[in-house]
Amino acid sequence: MTIEEFGRAVRAREISAEEITERCLQRIEADNARLNAFILVMGDDARQQARALDRELAAGRDRGPLHGVPVSIKDLIDVRGTPTTAASRVRDGHVAEHDAPAIAHLRQAGAIFIGKTNLHEFAFGTTSEDSAFGPVRNPHDPSRSPGGSSGGSAASVAAGMALATIGTDTGGSIRIPAAACGIVGLKPTYGEVSAEGVVPLSRALDHVGPLTQSVADAFFVHHALQGDHIGATPAPMPLTGVRLAVPRAYFCDLLDDDVRARFEEALGRLRSAGAHVDDIAIHHANDIAPVYLHLTLADAAAYHASTLERMPERYTPNVRLRLETGRYVLAEDYVRALAGRDVLRREVDAALAQHDVLVLPTLPIPAPPIGATSVQVGSRTDSVRNLMLRLTQLFNLTGHPAMSIPAGTTASALPCGVQLVGCRAQTDALLRVALACEAHINPRPAAV
Amino acid sequence: MTVEDWLKAAVADAERRGIPELKPLLEAIARATQALRAADFTDDAARR
Repeated sequence: MTIEEFGRAVRAREISAEEITERCLQRIEADNARLNAFILVMGDDARQQARALDRELAAGRDRGPLHGVPVSIKDLIDVRGTPTTAASRVRDGHVAEHDAPAIAHLRQAGAIFIGKTNLHEFAFGTTSEDSAFGPVRNPHDPSRSPGGSSGGSAASVAAGMALATIGTDTGGSIRIPAAACGIVGLKPTYGEVSAEGVVPLSRALDHVGPLTQSVADAFFVHHALQGDHIGATPAPMPLTGVRLAVPRAYFCDLLDDDVRARFEEALGRLRSAGAHVDDIAIHHANDIAPVYLHLTLADAAAYHASTLERMPERYTPNVRLRLETGRYVLAEDYVRALAGRDVLRREVDAALAQHDVLVLPTLPIPAPPIGATSVQVGSRTDSVRNLMLRLTQLFNLTGHPAMSIPAGTTASALPCGVQLVGCRAQTDALLRVALACEAHINPRPAAV
Repeated sequence: MTVEDWLKAAVADAERRGIPELKPLLEAIARATQALRAADFTDDAARR
């Protein structure tokens, strides 16, 4: 059930907040042992919140689209009175005194917090395998990763354990798991949603945003995260005349065959519906990974330097090693990476000057098997981490809003995603285009 | 410092600190650093 469908049903008195909360808790009870999506289930609190919100609605107080909606929260974000573990033993004993501002806004909007979700430790990975609480599993195939780092968040929505979830995205950590789990994920414009009260990975690249079952739901949650009171999505716009730009070189060079086929089919349907599609180039695309690597490694190492010295054994081994490498990045190379970031930002701005959105795949591969460190794509073998970040990390560097929309499945029924990227500071414009494109990109939603 | 010298020093330091398993990760960063320094946006005081 989407937030939109629940909203209609609850206001028609066909369902209550308590009933939908109970349904989500039952799904958690049935599936969490298998998927490991939640670190903390807040059943009693959630039931209490649900009953209070039902009483409010009966008394005529309607908080808007999120009134009575069960939402899960990535366990990197402070929810008052609960630990923020970041999926790490390094954080043992932590309890948040306050809600992060984004969470406080959600609480005001009537969201029910159903639990805190598992993730890649400190959000420093793309598979959600390296966690002090064990790996998260993909609801579409539990032998595979749900993507990451917001893997537990995406799994919770894909498996019906929550109607929406809040994730964070430093190199793709909302969009990657959204694509791998067959749901919608939105990384808004940099700075639009407060990242205060969120354990940082790289403060210059961190974003907070929703993962949902539809674009309309993402619209509602995105606005609630900012404290906006929005009652309805914008009127649908026709696709005729919408200008889409496809960055072919680099972004479409290395794709799994099924991912490529779903992407080209989606483009074909968008063209048939009246969208205008051009190919464009991001000239420095081959520099994206080196620029991203130097910035994120150094930023993360700066945050973790003290705990790497004091308690290295509390990190999971892979995350500890990656953090340690960041301590060797030279200041002069960090400055070179900052220069590269400016160049890339200007190139994405230029590509969007003549177009409404960029369109590209979200992930070049479907969800990888848990434990895989490399994957073969065509004749090339690359690391899972490089492949999963390949198409998303650019927009963390540049700050442009970007979202993943489900785009069918591979022959083995694993979800694929298409990414739309909008102009900076125009997340709503991106969402309006996404609302128009969604049914063409995703004609047959994948069943879990 | 050249990338080669940086890598040699980083690997030696990692070994001294008891984390020799950093070597392949440092080698991967060295490759990325080579690419970064070769990019046309990287300054060269003799050129601009």
